Amino acid sequence: MAVTTYSGAEQYNFDVVKKFSVMALVWAVVGMFVGVYIASELAWPFLNFDSPYFSFGRFRPVHTSAVIFGFGGSALFATSYYVVQRTCQTRLISDGMASFTFWGWQTIIVLAAISYVMGYSQGREYAEMEWPIDILIEVVWVTYLILFVGTIMRRKQPHIYVANWFYLSFILATALLHTFNNLSMPVDLFSMKSYSLFSGTQDAMTQWWYGHNAVGFFLTAAFLGMMYYFVPKQAGRPIYSYRLSIVHFWALSFMYMWVGAHHLHWTALPDWTSSLAAAFSILLLMPSWGGMINGIMTLSGAWDKMRTDPVMRFMIVALSFYGMSTFEGPMMSLKEVNALSHYTDWTVGHVHSGALGWVAMISFGSLYHMMPKLWDTKLYSRKLIEWHFWLATIGIVLYIVAMWISGITQGLMWRAFDEFGNLQYSFVESVAAMMPFYAMRAIGGMFFLTGAVLMAINMFMTIRQGKRESAALEAKLAAKMAHA
Amino acid sequence: MNINFKHEWIETNIGLMAVLTMLAISVGGLVEIAPLFFIDKTIEKVEGVRPYTPLEQRGRDIYIREGCYTCHSQMIRPFRDEKLRYGHYSLAAESQYDHPFQWGSKRTGPDLARVGGKYSNEWHVQHMVAPRSMVPESVMPNYPWLLSTPLDISDLSGRMKALRKVGVPYSLTQAEYEANVTKFGETVAKQLHIPDAQKNLIEQANFGNFDGDRSGISEMDALVAYLQVLGTMVDFSKYTDDAFVDNR
Repeated sequence: MAVTTYSGAEQYNFDVVKKFSVMALVWAVVGMFVGVYIASELAWPFLNFDSPYFSFGRFRPVHTSAVIFGFGGSALFATSYYVVQRTCQTRLISDGMASFTFWGWQTIIVLAAISYVMGYSQGREYAEMEWPIDILIEVVWVTYLILFVGTIMRRKQPHIYVANWFYLSFILATALLHTFNNLSMPVDLFSMKSYSLFSGTQDAMTQWWYGHNAVGFFLTAAFLGMMYYFVPKQAGRPIYSYRLSIVHFWALSFMYMWVGAHHLHWTALPDWTSSLAAAFSILLLMPSWGGMINGIMTLSGAWDKMRTDPVMRFMIVALSFYGMSTFEGPMMSLKEVNALSHYTDWTVGHVHSGALGWVAMISFGSLYHMMPKLWDTKLYSRKLIEWHFWLATIGIVLYIVAMWISGITQGLMWRAFDEFGNLQYSFVESVAAMMPFYAMRAIGGMFFLTGAVLMAINMFMTIRQGKRESAALEAKLAAKMAHA
Repeated sequence: MNINFKHEWIETNIGLMAVLTMLAISVGGLVEIAPLFFIDKTIEKVEGVRPYTPLEQRGRDIYIREGCYTCHSQMIRPFRDEKLRYGHYSLAAESQYDHPFQWGSKRTGPDLARVGGKYSNEWHVQHMVAPRSMVPESVMPNYPWLLSTPLDISDLSGRMKALRKVGVPYSLTQAEYEANVTKFGETVAKQLHIPDAQKNLIEQANFGNFDGDRSGISEMDALVAYLQVLGTMVDFSKYTDDAFVDNR
């Protein structure tokens, strides 16, 4: 047909994808800034400023929630809505529900941040939100599930594309984990304070079942969904092995849920539980690497893109970090290694090699891929992407190297004995030894943050350029119509 | 019967896929969490562990509010160095009334599971207000507002009732009180009686004078009272070294 420009805008709901993409970057900048700030507090404690609102303990959950749920969550909403519409060749079933998930999710992040600095916290890592916010999350999440599954049901293809399996698994698992880990008793209906339903050992197990699967499903399965769509798209090649993706999907979904207790080695949790978790952690290496190989090998025959396409480079480096941290993780789940690494900065470094290296890098790559398509224009600056890539990569390396050194140093200092069989170091000597590495970590974070700011600028300029171009096009069209 | 399974069935049926995914992700949690509620050995049988007094519990609320768990663990592992540094390894029984648990995952500062009785109240107060005045290398934030903020006890009984609903044996009725007398002895049982909570809290704060200021009850009173009870409930001299091996 001779219809003029056919943009996806009418066929698909890209409005909600655009909104989530923009907010993903806003939260990236905010969350990473808070991260750099609290990292600096550890190096230079005067930055706590005697203020309850900015003290490390209250501010740290602001960082984790803003980057995991704000940045990561918004990036997942954006990409999952984009992918499900594209691969099912159908529009989201309800614009109203899509809009509700957007405003609901943003409200949740803002409320969470405000409540933490005000001192409302459940005291559970990555689940600090108090009960009213938890209920709001539940409502938004069920809406998301209905919207996602409903859209798949309206697909124009018989097959459900593999990226959607991973998104589905992430949505279901998050619902399950969130519900059970946040069971708690409010002090009363008008009080923000609540006490968790479980106590002690059982509470610890539930929390780390949640905590590690927040990593496993929110920060891994879902981002693998991204990988399965955006890596082949950007490479212009089909996924390396369809069979491998089937094995990858089921093995990952089944095994991840067993490994949480490796956060509780040598604690008062019974040994059988944490040993079982360690065994599954080792097994998990196989699907993890299977997935990584599936992603990286997709590029086979187009390796030159690593040189020529900076967006591709983000994705491949993301997969490399994914491979590295999914090797490091099982190793740290071995009891002997864990005895040294647990409670130290090594864990923090491990989390960040996953969070910065894998989660953030694959998100950046995917967002760069979507931007020109969403706003119907070219990316504003390729040079800025190059800069972003190198700042981010150097930042990650600084960060994790600092944490490896400080973590292993801490672990070794705590267990060192002198020739008489006494402890060689007091605890505070290990604190003092951390100072240079805490400074180095903060600097690594600043590099990474600067990269994210460059990306935000690039996105802002791309959007502006897209709007100008479409305005110019419309003016031209109007002029033509007037002549005709 | 010969069913020729094809993964394609799942790939073309979102309902089937959702159900199977749900099954796959449910097993791990069920196998690892559910038994902990039923296996008797999960929690050791020891004497001395009791719910927190109203003042200690309010201190615990503040500990959670300030996010102390982001830098301090409360879980000593069974290693020689940890025994020397912190004391006997932590038992599951010792956190059985902790809603939520605060075992932590990071030691930017030292473990606090047995910090009770190690330092004086005065040390704690000074250290909380200005940590570097006591430990120059410390990177802990200053917490001056704990000393200047009066402790809010308006919803004290509401808090204890909520804890009672999730299983902490605070008593509301005479029968529950009697049961506590049998279980914990009279002195402790009195502290756990919700109708007397405010009176008990004020008495303990005034008697203990944890913040060194008798003019009122501050948040510091509660927090120090909590820190001073941590890890002190079980008398380990009553148990042999391998008494708890079976529970692990």
